[in-house]
Formats: sequence, C-alpha cells, structure tokens
Amino acid sequence: MISAINLSVTYHGKIVLRDATVKAEPGKVLALVGPSGCGKTSFLAALNRMTDLIPGANIRGQITFDGRPIDSVFSNRAELRRHVGMIFQKPNPFALSIRRNIELGLREHGQRNRDELRQITEKVLRDVGLWDEVQNRLDQSALELSGGQQQRLCIARAIALKPQVLLMDEPCSALDPLAAEHVEKLIQSMRGQYTIIIVTHNLAQARRLADNIAVFWTRDSVGEIVEHGPTETLFGASSNEIVKSYLSGRRG
Amino acid sequence: MSSTQSVKPTRSGQSTHTIRELTAAFSIWLAAGLVMAILAWILIDISIRGLSQINLSFLIDDVTDAGRSGGIGPIILSTILILFVTLSVSVPLSIATAIALTEQLNSESLLARYVRRCLDILAGVPSIVFGLFGNAFFTITLGLGYSILSGGLTLSCMVLPILIRTAEQAINSVPLEHRHAAAALGMSRSTTLFRVILPAAAPALAAGIVLSIGRALAETAALIFTSGYVARTPESLFDSGRSLSVHIYDLAMNVPNGGARAYAAACVLVAMLLVINETTALLLKFAGLGSTPHAGGCR
Repeated sequence: MISAINLSVTYHGKIVLRDATVKAEPGKVLALVGPSGCGKTSFLAALNRMTDLIPGANIRGQITFDGRPIDSVFSNRAELRRHVGMIFQKPNPFALSIRRNIELGLREHGQRNRDELRQITEKVLRDVGLWDEVQNRLDQSALELSGGQQQRLCIARAIALKPQVLLMDEPCSALDPLAAEHVEKLIQSMRGQYTIIIVTHNLAQARRLADNIAVFWTRDSVGEIVEHGPTETLFGASSNEIVKSYLSGRRG
Repeated sequence: MSSTQSVKPTRSGQSTHTIRELTAAFSIWLAAGLVMAILAWILIDISIRGLSQINLSFLIDDVTDAGRSGGIGPIILSTILILFVTLSVSVPLSIATAIALTEQLNSESLLARYVRRCLDILAGVPSIVFGLFGNAFFTITLGLGYSILSGGLTLSCMVLPILIRTAEQAINSVPLEHRHAAAALGMSRSTTLFRVILPAAAPALAAGIVLSIGRALAETAALIFTSGYVARTPESLFDSGRSLSVHIYDLAMNVPNGGARAYAAACVLVAMLLVINETTALLLKFAGLGSTPHAGGCR
C-alpha cells in the first residue's frame, strides 16, 4: 500500500531521521514505537507531506503508493492528504459546529449535495460511535465536546473523505484512560477498512492494536528504524538486543 | 545557633507579615473599588440628570433653540451614518491588512515591520491631528466639504491602527492546530482562512470592532473640522451632520443653559454603546462563535 524507501527528514539541514524503510500493508495496522525524539512523528508527517508546513523541513528518499511514486499518483498535496488522512495527538476540531467540522472537508473536495452531506455526516458519526451522543446537537460548537469525543470527531472528519491510509500520531495520549480505551476500540474496529499507521508510546497498546510494528531508535542523535516485522515475532523473539530490551520494558 | 531556632518565626516578624498581607489586600481592593466607583458615579450622575428628560419625542424630534428644546433625532441619524461610513471603510481594510500581515507577509519581513511601526505611531496621534488632516484632505482636497462622508472617512483613519492591531492579534491567536487540521484534510489556504481561521478569530475580531466603535462614538475633535456642526436632518452622505458627542460638547460649552440637555444626550450615547456591545455578544452567540472552551477538551 504505502511504503517508505530510505526516507530521511532534515530540519534546517540537521538530520533527524535517516534512511527509514518500512512498508504498511493494506488494511493492516502498523505501529511505530520507540523513545521520544527518534523521528516517528517526522516520519509520519513526511508521508502526507505535512512537513511542507514546518519551516525548514526537508525530506529525501522515496514514498510509494501502490508501488508507484506518490507524486505521480496524486497530482497535488490536497489530493494526497485526502487519500492519506491524519489524526493528531491533541484533538483539534475547528471552532465550528459539529456538523460543519465534518462538512468542511467534504465541501472542499466537491461534495455539495445537502442530502448526501447529511447522510455522510450521520454515517461517519455512527462509524466512530458518536452519533447517539451528538445527534441532537449537531449544530453546537465542537469545542463543547469532551476530549475523547473531540478526538472521535476528528477521526470521523478524516474518514468522511474516504481515505485509504490513516496516519495517527499518538491519538490516545492526550485523553483520559476511559476515552483512550474508547478511541482504541474504534481503531481496532477500523482494521481492514483502512491502512493505519499509528505512533504510540504505549507498548501494550501497540501489541493489542498492531499487526506489524517498526521500532525506532536514536543512534548518534539521529533517528532510524532498527527493526520492523510482525508484532508477535518482535515481541516474542527479536534478535536485536535494543528491540528486545525496549519491548520488554527494560529500556527506553 | 541551632537550625530549629533559625527558622522559627519571631513574634514581631509574624505581625509585620500579617500587616503587610492586610495592607496588600486592602490596597488591591481599594484600587478595584475605586475604578468601579468612578464608573458608577459617572453613570449614576448622567442617569439622574439626564434620564428624566428622555422620551420618545426627544429621540425623534428636530433640534430647536440650539438644542435647548426639541429633540436629537437628526443628531442620532447623523451619528449612525458617520459610524456606518467609518465601519464600512475601516473594517474591510483592517481585516485585509491583518490577513496580509499574518498570512501573506513573513512577520519579520521589512514591509511587515514598517507597517506595524506606522500603525503604532498612528495609534498615538491625537485625534485633533486626524481632524486637521481630514479637513485638509477630505473636505478641501477631495472636495467632500463638511459632510458625513468626510467625518466618517476621518474617523476610519483614526480607528484603523487599533482595528488592525486587534485583528492581527485575533488571527494570530487561532491555534496552529487548526491550520494543521485543515491542511491534513486537503483544504486550500483560502478555504482555511475564510472557513476556519476567520470564524475562530471572530469573537476577538468583534471585540476590536466594538472597541473602535466606542472610540468613534466618543470622538468630537476630529469631527468638528470634518462633518461639521449642522444639526439639521442630513439628506445624503454629502450633507453636514452633527454627531452625538459634538452635540454634547456644543450644549455643554457653547449653549447657555444647555447643560441639562447635554446630560440627556450623554445618556443616549451611553445607551447606544451598551446596545452595540450586547448586540455583538448576542450575534456571536447566535453564530455559535461565543467564547467557548478550547480544543483539547477538559485540560
């Protein structure tokens, strides 16, 4: 589905991630784990070129989508980000109504039929389990929702655009344990429909969620992927000493 | 000297401490109380002397006997027209400039720095200077004469700095997360600006507008030279028109026995300000843009 080949990220010429090569399989969950500051978020941001928004950020290497270079598949950034959605660490709904939050992206991509907008809104809100909680207050500000509800709204807003890939940057870490569990269940239920790449610091969560994991580590203050593969293989019997001690909780 | 002795507070030290605490608390309450008392005094004074003279005919009748009798109908109309001209010129101009300063120009660029410097200087220019400028430029050079248009345009020059700086702050205070979220949904810069950033900045933008309405309503010096003294009902924007504050100034300073009527007009002015304030808050609430908790839920 989406793969990175020798992907490097630099900020103002300083390298933070070196030669990352990893492949996300279609419909599966790939978790990126590792200590803070080893380039996981940079890696994620490079995949949908959110790096364009960061002053001084530069990427090298290749990203392919269904085997073809990503720039030849999507004509512009808007198309790319429509198909490769992103969920952020801190829920970031717009300061608009719940309904507008979902409709805005759809309208931008040409969906203007009111009935269809309404149907899609209901469908995605049901998909994220928010419909029953908000169906009577769709026109109220999204900022009045709780943190967990806001994050689920952000996921609904992203999947309304029917992306093939969803990038998630620690989507549960800013939430309380119950809300986090709710969001985790949601991600669990999305398996098979979307290709998901999730950054998490929660190793137990990575083990529960992910089909594959990639372990990031810092060497000479530059991040790199030290090992990647099926979750159980890495958790069970990694040959790499760093990975073994990190995943068993002895290090990191 | 043992350590227990050195930390044990002495009796006199303790009472000094208490006195200092009490003095601090007292001063703070006194300061806050004074501010409220002055405002209350002004409002009560104006109300007591002015309210009794206000009735419907005062609000709609023509000015007679230099304001000693009759009403202030034409004055209210002129005030509203001047305000209308001021806002319809200054609001679009200031929001556009603020967008240029925040979204288009690098905030550290030479142009942006110069624009900001100019605005800060303009903000400190006394309004009488704006009046002279308006008189020279709008009434004479552009040939608009003593008119509501001249007055309104002069006031827009006067409120521009404050409007632009508040609009700039309003736009800058929209969290970066909103821009990231919009970009991640594949939204263009213009959609992001008009559908996400500006709505999120709306309450602060509105606060800036209300602030400048207040300054415009209070202005006399800049208007005497530009929109003039004429107390008749204006027939168009090219007619001279007397604003409420000019009327109050005239009654209080130039018209013998005009003081009582000046209080009545002042009451109307204060009421207008309060109505504008409340209406803005209500409109924002209606639009679902009132001040609400920030993204990120309960923190």
